[in-house]
Amino acid sequence: MVVAVAAPILAMSVGLSLYAMGDAAVYFYSPSQALEKHVPAGRLVRLGGLVQMGSVVKRSDGTILFGVTDRRASDKVMFKGDLPDLFREGQGVVTEGEFQPDGVFEARQVLAKHDERYMPKEVADALKKSGQWRGPSTVAAVLPAGDVR
Amino acid sequence: MTAELGAFALILALALSLLQAGLSAIGRIRGDATLRGAGEGAGLAAFIAVAIAFAALMTAFVASDFSVANVVANSNTDQPLFYRITATWGSHEGSILLWNLALTGFGACVILYGRGLPTGLKSVAVATQGALAMLFLSYTVFASNPFVRLATAPLEGQSLNPILQDPFMAIHPPILYSGYVGFSVVFSLAVAALVEGRVDAAWARWVRPWALAAWSLLTVGITLGSFWAYYELGWGGWWFWDPVENASFMPWLIGTALLHSAIVTEKRGALTGWTVFLALAAFTFSMLGAFLVRSGVLTSVHAFAVDPRRGAILLFILAIAAGAAFGLFAWRAPKLTPGGLFAPISREGALVLNNLFLAAATACVMLGTLYPLIVQAVTGEAISVGGPYFALTFGPLMVACLLILPAGPLLAWKRGDLLGALQRLWVAAALALGAGLLSYLVIAPRKLVPVLVMTIGFWLIGGSATELAGRLNLGALGRGDGGQVWRRLRSLPRGQWGMTLAHIGLGVFVLGAACELSWRTETAQSLSVGQSMRAGAYTLTLQGLNAVDGPNFTADQAVLVAKPDHGAPFTLTPERRFYTAQRQTTSKVAIQRRGVTDVYVVLGDERPAGGGRQAWLVRVFVNPWARLIFAGPLLMALGGAISLSDRRIRLAAGRRAAGRVLAAAE
Repeated sequence: MVVAVAAPILAMSVGLSLYAMGDAAVYFYSPSQALEKHVPAGRLVRLGGLVQMGSVVKRSDGTILFGVTDRRASDKVMFKGDLPDLFREGQGVVTEGEFQPDGVFEARQVLAKHDERYMPKEVADALKKSGQWRGPSTVAAVLPAGDVR
Repeated sequence: MTAELGAFALILALALSLLQAGLSAIGRIRGDATLRGAGEGAGLAAFIAVAIAFAALMTAFVASDFSVANVVANSNTDQPLFYRITATWGSHEGSILLWNLALTGFGACVILYGRGLPTGLKSVAVATQGALAMLFLSYTVFASNPFVRLATAPLEGQSLNPILQDPFMAIHPPILYSGYVGFSVVFSLAVAALVEGRVDAAWARWVRPWALAAWSLLTVGITLGSFWAYYELGWGGWWFWDPVENASFMPWLIGTALLHSAIVTEKRGALTGWTVFLALAAFTFSMLGAFLVRSGVLTSVHAFAVDPRRGAILLFILAIAAGAAFGLFAWRAPKLTPGGLFAPISREGALVLNNLFLAAATACVMLGTLYPLIVQAVTGEAISVGGPYFALTFGPLMVACLLILPAGPLLAWKRGDLLGALQRLWVAAALALGAGLLSYLVIAPRKLVPVLVMTIGFWLIGGSATELAGRLNLGALGRGDGGQVWRRLRSLPRGQWGMTLAHIGLGVFVLGAACELSWRTETAQSLSVGQSMRAGAYTLTLQGLNAVDGPNFTADQAVLVAKPDHGAPFTLTPERRFYTAQRQTTSKVAIQRRGVTDVYVVLGDERPAGGGRQAWLVRVFVNPWARLIFAGPLLMALGGAISLSDRRIRLAAGRRAAGRVLAAAE
């Protein structure tokens, strides 16, 4: 009896899970990985790296432009919204959004961790892969003293 | 000196928990009451030793003893006393010490309040509790010692992460950890039952209060954490399907399933193996949670104080404890007396269905949480699984589960009358559909799916009320029998009240969640002083900005006057705080509650507006019925607490009841 009831429920949950996973898994790329993998425009992905020094431009219409780099390649990111409190030049950042046909990454969401000593794991891994990892102090090393706020 | 005292107490606690495990086990094997008593004494002493260690760490924080590395990393003399105290559990080491305090504390509770348990069962449970404490205490002593001294003490510490400097963050971890670790008692009782080869109605009766207590604490803990994320992170959201949230949600789901399956075991002596399995799984998920949260293997927005190097050791502890327990289960479970078969249409049938849905939902959450780890290990690609996955998998399972929920309590044990139950529910169904239709017509813009979910919320509340009315036999009473109703209400068992409240709380939560997720409005605009913006039914005007000095921060405070379309205007004062010690900026959200709806304002960064003027980005969320999201779970936890106070369930009285059950069995 229990099996007869359980089977459809379990089948339903497994089926749903596999179906949902196909669409819901969002891949993470660093700029050089995105270049390598030829990520198509319009696909929801996460792009992460360090915010390029001196790249942040705040337009008066509320749009923010900034560069994300893993020091081998970089991408231009456009974001309309409020940046997290810990968003800073030189700091690790993960953005979620889509590449536009012109190559600009339009972010729907910018995630920065709520701990300034923290580097998103994917960013750290990507930097390690590109041979640019300089230990957990990477962030501090590229951050000029006066720019902390 | 306090740090050394703490370190010593910690090592002493480790030795005592070793004694607790060893003496209790040997006492059980030899049937020696003296050894058993000594094991219990060691368990109580272990709790006292951990409490001393915890007090020593707290003293170091209060006194700002910067010769202790952990204090340097998490405290600062500018920090108010309250946050110096709460910083005790703000770090990795401190939170693991808190975990140990809860673990040995629950061990002591088993020793003190488990007098009604048969000696064999109790000894094995105490031994298991000791073994668990031994694992986590050795981790603390050897890999995560909070009392490590620095050779040269700095003059100032680095301060607690500013967003943890919040009253809710002060009470959230202790309550959450008590919930997590409360399941260790259930785990120990399950291990004991397997060792003793005895799982029956009496055992389920002993497990239930512990499961109820842990579940209620976990419910409150998760709700507090969610509320904190809601108003502190400034994103307007309260649940992100983040790995850290899922880590606390999985033991909660399994705990919920356990509460329901234990009832079947208690009343019908059935589902024994399954209940034991859930009892083991609940604490296993707690340990998995500790591993996921503390190791940082998954990227999370909430993970604080992570340390990947130690993750491996936590995983090892998880593997030992869970591996041993489930190995024992595989070996002994086939020998458990199988419960009798029962009809699908019955109270127990409904509870089985509830368990299947909850277990399947847990599996979905687990897959979504661990899938990125699996993909990373197999293909090396980094992925994340977000809200859409959980909405598609968890959502339908829960909808099905909630649809059948009101029918369950109306069915009789053994053989239920589904048609009769549904007939009794027609009023509730009609009311729910009516309320749903009204919502569809009234709430703009019209959205079908959320309204259907809201209808389910009304259905849950109505169904629970119907059941309560049936208990009171309201139909048989005439007018003017108010006194009679009141007397009947009071004479209703508290367990009954608990169940009704918990189910109504669930309905309240569903209403709030459906409403908030679907009709939340978000408006962002750059405002200069004197300018206004529209957000929902409100007009907000930026009146000015003040500079505010806090104890350890400076802040820009915006003064916004919100004028609703109907009603009196009110003032909102969101802040942007700069914490000097950490050189970190955080937002302080301003929330105005209007009934159960929140007007939620975040002050963003300053930017030039042209013409030499400055503007500030102001983000306004109108979150309809948001308060129900937090009120619902609190009602559920209150239901749990009321059930716990039921004399039939409470353990102290369980002794007499257990005696009766045993007498009946002989």
